[in-house]
Amino acid sequence: MNRERTLRIALPIVVLALGLSLWQLVVRVGHIPPYVLPGPWLIAQTLWSDWALLFQSLIVTLATTIEGFLLAAVGGVGLAVLFNQSRIVEYSFYPYAVVLQVTPIVAIAPLLLIYLPQPLAVLACAWIVAFFPVLANTTLGLHSVDRNLADLFSLYGATRGQMLWNLKLPSALPYILGGLRIAGGLALIGAVVAEIAAGSAGAGSGLAYRIAESGYRLNIPRMFAALLLLSVAGIVIFYLLSLINYLALRRWHESALEQDR
Amino acid sequence: MSAGASLVALRGVDKRFPSGTQALQGFDLDVREGEFVSLLGPSGCGKSTALRIIAGLSEPTAGAVEWSSPQTPMQGESRIGFVFQEPTLMPWTNVFNNVLLPLKLKGFNAEKARARVVAALDRVGLKDFGRAYPRELSGGMRMRVSIARALVTEPALLLMDEPFAALDEITRFKLNNDLLQVWQALHTTVVFVTHSVFESVYLSSRIVVMAARPGRVFTELAIDAPYPRDQNFRTSADYAAFCRRTSEALAQAMAVQERAAGGAA
Repeated sequence: MNRERTLRIALPIVVLALGLSLWQLVVRVGHIPPYVLPGPWLIAQTLWSDWALLFQSLIVTLATTIEGFLLAAVGGVGLAVLFNQSRIVEYSFYPYAVVLQVTPIVAIAPLLLIYLPQPLAVLACAWIVAFFPVLANTTLGLHSVDRNLADLFSLYGATRGQMLWNLKLPSALPYILGGLRIAGGLALIGAVVAEIAAGSAGAGSGLAYRIAESGYRLNIPRMFAALLLLSVAGIVIFYLLSLINYLALRRWHESALEQDR
Repeated sequence: MSAGASLVALRGVDKRFPSGTQALQGFDLDVREGEFVSLLGPSGCGKSTALRIIAGLSEPTAGAVEWSSPQTPMQGESRIGFVFQEPTLMPWTNVFNNVLLPLKLKGFNAEKARARVVAALDRVGLKDFGRAYPRELSGGMRMRVSIARALVTEPALLLMDEPFAALDEITRFKLNNDLLQVWQALHTTVVFVTHSVFESVYLSSRIVVMAARPGRVFTELAIDAPYPRDQNFRTSADYAAFCRRTSEALAQAMAVQERAAGGAA
């Protein structure tokens, strides 16, 4: 069992090391210039030397992502609850939520940039992309209440508020958390897309803007360094949300239980 | 235990579902205070529907539900406890909070509620399991929690919808005995839905045999063996005789139903 675990950790690391070595070798032996393909060592050096600039941009992008994510969480859950409480509201607005979701964000971003100040437009993009999975999952969760439990609540004369707070929201929690896990990654994507569409320089520009800018300047090593940071940010967001998911559900939900068989 | 005055009665109750299924037709039932009455019948005879109508979870299409006291079950204190076929517990919270639920919804004062929950858990033998989560318990224990939850409001009427159908026989016998003890200790009234002849005879003071399509009362049998009943009763000649009579009544109910179906075809 322990051997299995060691392998699961060691093998990807070995593959990574082999891949990086091969990459470095090809670049070195083939005399490939850095503006075509930089080697991993050069990328690491760039990350180190440009750290101040890249880190500042990372913070900008992360802040947008987190704000977009939080707004998506509040908006998605809130809207789903509203839909659940009133069928009229649901019928009136749900189709437009779907429209917002299926229209590619890359196509919406330039429009938003016309009407909103840039930071707000970027935030709006992150929100639009991230909120729909929360809305859809929460809606599904609120509808997935055990019917007998619902009967029990009405037998004891539960009010609508009690029904929502003590029955529907806890029932929906695994679905909500699943939606949030998707939304975390999507908020990052939305922020990146909007930053690239915005494309304007300045002190407050994010990582995606750094990538676009480096591309124009043929500073390919910095492109790779910024890309690496974005990936790491995405991974960290995903695992953080997975951890929250696990902590919230480990006592009762099948998805989070340790296998003891 | 002799039956007292009528507690609740169904008078000429019809229930037709929107799908067109006639679940009940001209259904009459008197539930008397302190009795343990079973509704016995084949699946689809509307016994669960009758139970839901008594509980107020379903409205009759025609006919009436008459309570002896002016207080209907949906107002004020809960006079009804309901046990479903499944334990129907909230998986996200522990046993204590599950049993507390009815009192919480009624806005009980916390301290008074706590004492009641502890007493209800003690009554079903789960005093030490308040902090356990439902999925950490066996099927039988979950059903006990469900019963404790139904008892916590000290209901005048306990409605049980095939509560032990999904349990193994050993657990079921044990819970049968425990249920009889609770019933006698609390002087409550039980309406118990089952499709098991043996279970209904063991538990009930009266069995209402139902026929299906449409669901109606076919006949009634008084099981006038004395309580408390235990393992000795289960193996007695009396028990066997009651079971035989009940089985015969059930067979007749099903024969009538088949003849009706044959005639209609």
